[in-house]
Amino acid sequence: MKRVAYYKGCSLEGLAAEYDRSTHAVCEAFGIELVEIADWNCCGSTPAHSYDPLLSAALAGRNLAIAADQGCDMVMTPCPGCLKSLKGAQEACEDPGLRKPFVELVGRDVDGLKTVSLLQLLYEEVGPVAIKKAVRRPLTGHVLIPYYGCLLTRPAQKAKFDDPENPVSMDRLLEATGALVPDFPYKTECCGATYGVTRNDFVGKLSGRILDMTARLGGEAIVVACPLCQQNLDMRQDQINKYQKSALHLPVPYISQVIGLALGMDPKELGMDKLCVSPDILFEDRAEAEGKAQGPGAAA
Amino acid sequence: MRIGVFVCNCGTNIAGTVDTAKVASEALTFADVVYATNYMYTCSEPGQQEIQRAIGEHGLQGVVVAACSPRMHEPTFRRAVEKAGLNKYMFEMANIREHVSWIGNDKAANTAKAADLVRMAVAKLRFNQPLFSSKMPVNKRLLVIGGGVAGIQAALDCADGGMDVVMVERKQYIGGKMAQLDKTFPTIDCSSCILGPKMVDVSQKENITLYASSEIESISGYIGNFTVDIRKKATYVNWDACTGCGACMEKCPAKNTPDVFNENLGSARAINIPFPQAIPKKAVIDARHCRQLNGKKCGVCAKICPVKAIDFEMKDTIVTEKVGAIIAATGYDLFDHSVYGEYGAGRYPDVITGIQYERILSASGPYGGHIQRPSDGKEPKNIVFLACVGSRDASVGRPYCSGVCCMYIAKQAILTKDHLPESNSYVFYMDIRAPGKNYDEFVRRAQEEYGVQYIRGRVAKIYPRGDRMVVQGADTLLGVQVEVEADLVVLATGIESSAGAGELAEKLRISYDQYGFYMESHPKLRPVETNTAGVYLAGACQGPKDIPSSVAQGSAAASKVQSLFAHDTIETNPQVALVNERNCIACGKCIQVCPFGAIQWKELRGGIKKAEVLPTVCQGCGVCNATCPPKAVQLQHATDNQLLAEVNELCA
Repeated sequence: MKRVAYYKGCSLEGLAAEYDRSTHAVCEAFGIELVEIADWNCCGSTPAHSYDPLLSAALAGRNLAIAADQGCDMVMTPCPGCLKSLKGAQEACEDPGLRKPFVELVGRDVDGLKTVSLLQLLYEEVGPVAIKKAVRRPLTGHVLIPYYGCLLTRPAQKAKFDDPENPVSMDRLLEATGALVPDFPYKTECCGATYGVTRNDFVGKLSGRILDMTARLGGEAIVVACPLCQQNLDMRQDQINKYQKSALHLPVPYISQVIGLALGMDPKELGMDKLCVSPDILFEDRAEAEGKAQGPGAAA
Repeated sequence: MRIGVFVCNCGTNIAGTVDTAKVASEALTFADVVYATNYMYTCSEPGQQEIQRAIGEHGLQGVVVAACSPRMHEPTFRRAVEKAGLNKYMFEMANIREHVSWIGNDKAANTAKAADLVRMAVAKLRFNQPLFSSKMPVNKRLLVIGGGVAGIQAALDCADGGMDVVMVERKQYIGGKMAQLDKTFPTIDCSSCILGPKMVDVSQKENITLYASSEIESISGYIGNFTVDIRKKATYVNWDACTGCGACMEKCPAKNTPDVFNENLGSARAINIPFPQAIPKKAVIDARHCRQLNGKKCGVCAKICPVKAIDFEMKDTIVTEKVGAIIAATGYDLFDHSVYGEYGAGRYPDVITGIQYERILSASGPYGGHIQRPSDGKEPKNIVFLACVGSRDASVGRPYCSGVCCMYIAKQAILTKDHLPESNSYVFYMDIRAPGKNYDEFVRRAQEEYGVQYIRGRVAKIYPRGDRMVVQGADTLLGVQVEVEADLVVLATGIESSAGAGELAEKLRISYDQYGFYMESHPKLRPVETNTAGVYLAGACQGPKDIPSSVAQGSAAASKVQSLFAHDTIETNPQVALVNERNCIACGKCIQVCPFGAIQWKELRGGIKKAEVLPTVCQGCGVCNATCPPKAVQLQHATDNQLLAEVNELCA
């Protein structure tokens, strides 16, 4: 069983609890032991790195140091914002000018640790082939839209994963569930991010485009891997509909939820009931209609 | 030996950070130095006369000049001492400019280092021997590698001068990229109309031997006497028999062969003559797509061919040619835009490259010169051009400007308006680079007379919306985001070095830069020479170039060859390895290590074997000298004694 340190981050404690639950369920199914970082603290998020890079590095770095002390060589966080902070800590530790104060603040170096997103973990450590094999309830006949958001593969020098402008890892994973995955041009466009709080007309416009394009391509759901994207697209979907005078009804599940569903897990166990826009449409079994001969995952 | 030392001030280049007078006075204390002075510009006419005067007045037997790099002026000073009656190898140069004054500011340290370098040069000179070159006949035949417009120009110029020319082209036709173009800027004259006659000339001139579908296998020898092995690739068609009638193409059933000449727009047949004016007009079978060659039953072309030219058993053959000079004119390739994920990474059929658009515009192209979209054949209304795709972008490893894209976009936009008066063209650009004769006027015409919308800014993303492409970018002059719904997007992909340029450079023993472009001998003053004597450059293999510059460089390279061939003989370089037979133990190590095959066995009376250097083949690299266990092989002018004398002085 592969041991991977798990950095949950604040979103997965509250708003994105279903992301946390489904991540645990899917990782367990594929034999990945998630070791929660003991006494973890906030990654520093936007306030820390816009105030002082060293403060940001030290806050995130403390978590890495604990993970290393717990004997892990890989740290996974489902949140792309946390991931960027963790990568920033690693960069500071390697920076000749910052290394000394960093080690002084954190208490040790964090060399040799690999930090990954949940998407990267599933793509590189499990992979589409293994997922396809494990599918019990294929999503054949469902059209799913992969949406990566701005941070998962960017900035390229930091993320070092997939193509920064045209990522395909989530496409491959979703195809493995049996779903039909169209080429989505807005894969890495901005959802409006934290402007949801101060200027929700921005989110109305930016997330609105993403939802529109999803509908235009015949997508039934838009699959995400970032709690903030999920919030804007799902929780604010009514606001967006009001803003752009539309009547969209597109569920926004996490990648872990969709994979869990395909593995045959109970939607409740995956926290599907926590989504604002009802994901019921995903529970329809269309494999029969598509023709039994195809069998599990045949669409991929 | 009576030695004179001349320390050059080089204006303030050296004197600014080196006390040249002190170096000269110190030199007077070195063994055998009887005269030393410093001078403002030693390389100038009076500077050289000063050396010659001193040789006569002080009875000098050897001269040291402490100045710039010997790459620059060693030949100048060698000539000067030769004129004054010395052997030109009784001369040494100490580089106190590039190696001292230009790289340090500490005057005291610089002066001491300069004096050290002069001391080493004096120590070496004391062991110098007069060397004499011999004369070798020049083989007055020229090899041109690459049959694009630059190579054609060079070949025709030399052939007009009465020389024999061998042209090698790896494609099955000559004409290069220019043969694929529709019209040319800034005159909008038809590319094949101006290139065609030149291609015909190449095929008709009796003193030009053309090897198409051929590549350079290996090159040996040296200026005046190169031996070149040429690999004639199997074409599966006997070209002596083939009349170019094209009957085979019509009947060939392999209809899904990619049409490379038309940049993969549409398809060709496995047996193909790429375009009507092709020179040589001979068919070639694409072995990857031919049914017969892939084990299926076919052979239709063999049955249909009226002259029985098809030969499925054909193999590559090697021919050897002897030439006296080589012009590399291997051209360029185009940047592969699939690294730009934001532009679709090559997924969208209606996002095409500039060269593809040339084929669409061309009357002999895949759509007969009618502008239509590759995806559905519809006539486009809005066409967007993107400049600098793979140019001036360090993030994809192409920081340089390709030089031609601004112009060819303007040309294509003008032609688009001519073909489709109702269409709208948009150009996203960073800067407009139009520095040639009548170039800027041409771009202005595109903007002012043809109404092409120029938008200054980069494009962030291209994606499909319905059956159109959305081009999302910035207008940095207005400071706003812009979105254009386009029917067709043309990416002005930049120029990169030709595939395989590096391997050919190694065969030619010439250098190339980090992007694969061949290095000229001097960026300003020796633009078509290389650092290998007898090898010259023409066209875009040396760097991105448009047609006028490529042609000019082709002619320039040809004139260099003609001035070389104006001599019946050339002087050999006496700085080569020499075997002292008394010391040679016939171990054969030197023969093994020589990279040029310049050492062979020689049998003395009684069957005793010794190594022997062929002075005409030896390049003077010195590897044999370093390898030889009893030090029997010595590189003349860089013998062990000479090098050790320098080291001893340095360590003294």
